[in-house]
Amino acid sequence: MLRVENLHVFYGAIHALQGVSFHVEKGEIVTLIGANGAGKSTTLRTLSGILRPRDGSIALNGQELTTMPAEKIVKLGMSHVPEGRRIFAPLTVKENIMMGAYTRSDPAEIQTTLARAYKSFPRLKERESQYGGTLSGGEQQMLAMARALMSQPSLLLLDEPSMGLSPILVEEIFKIIVEINKQGTTILLVEQNAQMALSISNRAYVLETGSIVLSGDAKEIASNPDVKKAYLGI
Amino acid sequence: MPASTVNTKAAPRPAARRGPPLAWVGWVFLILLALVTVIYIGSKAWSNPILFLQNFLDGLKLGFVYALIALGYTMVYGIVKLINFAHGDVFMVGAFTSFYAVSRFNLHQWPLALFPGINPGLSIVIGSLTVVLLSMGVCVILAVTIERVAYKPLRDAPRIAALITAIGVSFFLEFFGALPFVFSGRFIPYKSPFPTTAWYIQDGIHPIVSGTASPDNTISFSNIFLIIAAASILVQILLQFIVKRTKVGIAMRAASYDKSTARLMGINVDQIISFTFAIGAAFAGLGGVLYAVAYSSIWTQLGILPGLKAFVAAVLGGIGSIPGAFVGALIMGQAESLTMSYISTPMRDAVAFTILIIVLLVKPTGLFGEPAQEKA
Repeated sequence: MLRVENLHVFYGAIHALQGVSFHVEKGEIVTLIGANGAGKSTTLRTLSGILRPRDGSIALNGQELTTMPAEKIVKLGMSHVPEGRRIFAPLTVKENIMMGAYTRSDPAEIQTTLARAYKSFPRLKERESQYGGTLSGGEQQMLAMARALMSQPSLLLLDEPSMGLSPILVEEIFKIIVEINKQGTTILLVEQNAQMALSISNRAYVLETGSIVLSGDAKEIASNPDVKKAYLGI
Repeated sequence: MPASTVNTKAAPRPAARRGPPLAWVGWVFLILLALVTVIYIGSKAWSNPILFLQNFLDGLKLGFVYALIALGYTMVYGIVKLINFAHGDVFMVGAFTSFYAVSRFNLHQWPLALFPGINPGLSIVIGSLTVVLLSMGVCVILAVTIERVAYKPLRDAPRIAALITAIGVSFFLEFFGALPFVFSGRFIPYKSPFPTTAWYIQDGIHPIVSGTASPDNTISFSNIFLIIAAASILVQILLQFIVKRTKVGIAMRAASYDKSTARLMGINVDQIISFTFAIGAAFAGLGGVLYAVAYSSIWTQLGILPGLKAFVAAVLGGIGSIPGAFVGALIMGQAESLTMSYISTPMRDAVAFTILIIVLLVKPTGLFGEPAQEKA
């Protein structure tokens, strides 16, 4: 459903992505792993239209995204949970969630999605009228995910969902990711916690200084000796 | 606050000092100034409470007009971090639009002209509302155009570039307006779309016969005062409703906090920014008409001082805060009115900028402002 070909992105003079190509098929969980600065977040930010590539193509269900403004891409069914959650701190939890449904207009349908979000994340319901900025890290991650799901995406981009969370919370977040995937949402995941990410993924790509150096089945990648040494700490 | 007051007594230890450097100078100055002012004005008010109440009402009138302008400053700053110095001139264009609509086109009399049988009072109300709406509409179009042409291309430029551009746009409007074939640079007597009536209070409320002064030692007020107060309060409530309850208002708050994440939500940030300029301009246009009606003479630089004072009001209230702008504007109105009456009339403008300096020195975030947070 997502086909990325020969993507080149620059930050000023820095060549951040040097011809990245990969694809994500419907129903999959695909992981991009790589060290800090390898270009994982840059890739996601380019997909969702926040950054513009200098060259290459991004096609979502055959539709070209590289020249489309970020706000229109959401309507096509791609939703992005950014690195560091990026909760709207001065908005209440409920307002944050409702911003995720900004592109939708039918109030009844939005209410149904909201009820489902509260069912998946009961803690958010309890904190509904609290300001987003007062939540703990784990709650903020849940809020960011609930918010992204409000647009009913067919493809969800998750950038470092485990960042800064305790091991127990990481487990919980990953369980939720698998659950979201089971309910029919395709997932493209970027993670530093490679072991955890590979354990739930179908396929994976390894990104090194702006290029993909390895790709394949998640299990294969996890057993690759170079990957083990570099990213799994084994 | 307590830390700074302590500093004024004990020798300030650099490690413990919080806030801007030399804040205690401002505090000492502020406290002395406040004490002297309160004692001085208090004694005057005590000796003539009626005059004081009259000054208070006049200050409210000014304050409510400043509030209409200050909202635009504070909202635009909240979302694009720009002090839109052209805002006062949009206010001026609002006043001129209503002037031409009334004196050239008799727009305020259209209901009576179209339906001769209509109740004249109703005709005035509908006609005046039409004039106000027209002025608001012209201001909205002007402000959105300014934003698109002058500010939008500079959105990713350093903030100082946009600020200087705003000053440039302000001068452009003032001096383009002063061309003989535009508004001309002269003072023009303003023709109000509705008649003014005034009342005085003395054992009840009595109308003042036009052309005569109100009796000594009474408080007087006009229908313009009531309209300004009602309009300003209604606008404040409407704005609170928009910002807290409507989708576009919540999107405004989201976008002012984090634009790129707002775009990830599917929010068209450019549209939200235009909408913010439009609301601010509509309120400025309303303020411009009411100001012209209240002070009955207009010229192309009439927006400068009210604009600057509304800007000070927004800073005093905490720029970016909507209730702050309202409260700040009411304080500015009082400061100006009391200065005029008890100190000296020419000091009225100096007081506004003295307040600005004190706020920036002592509490740069203003009364309702949150500490500035730098985001990546």
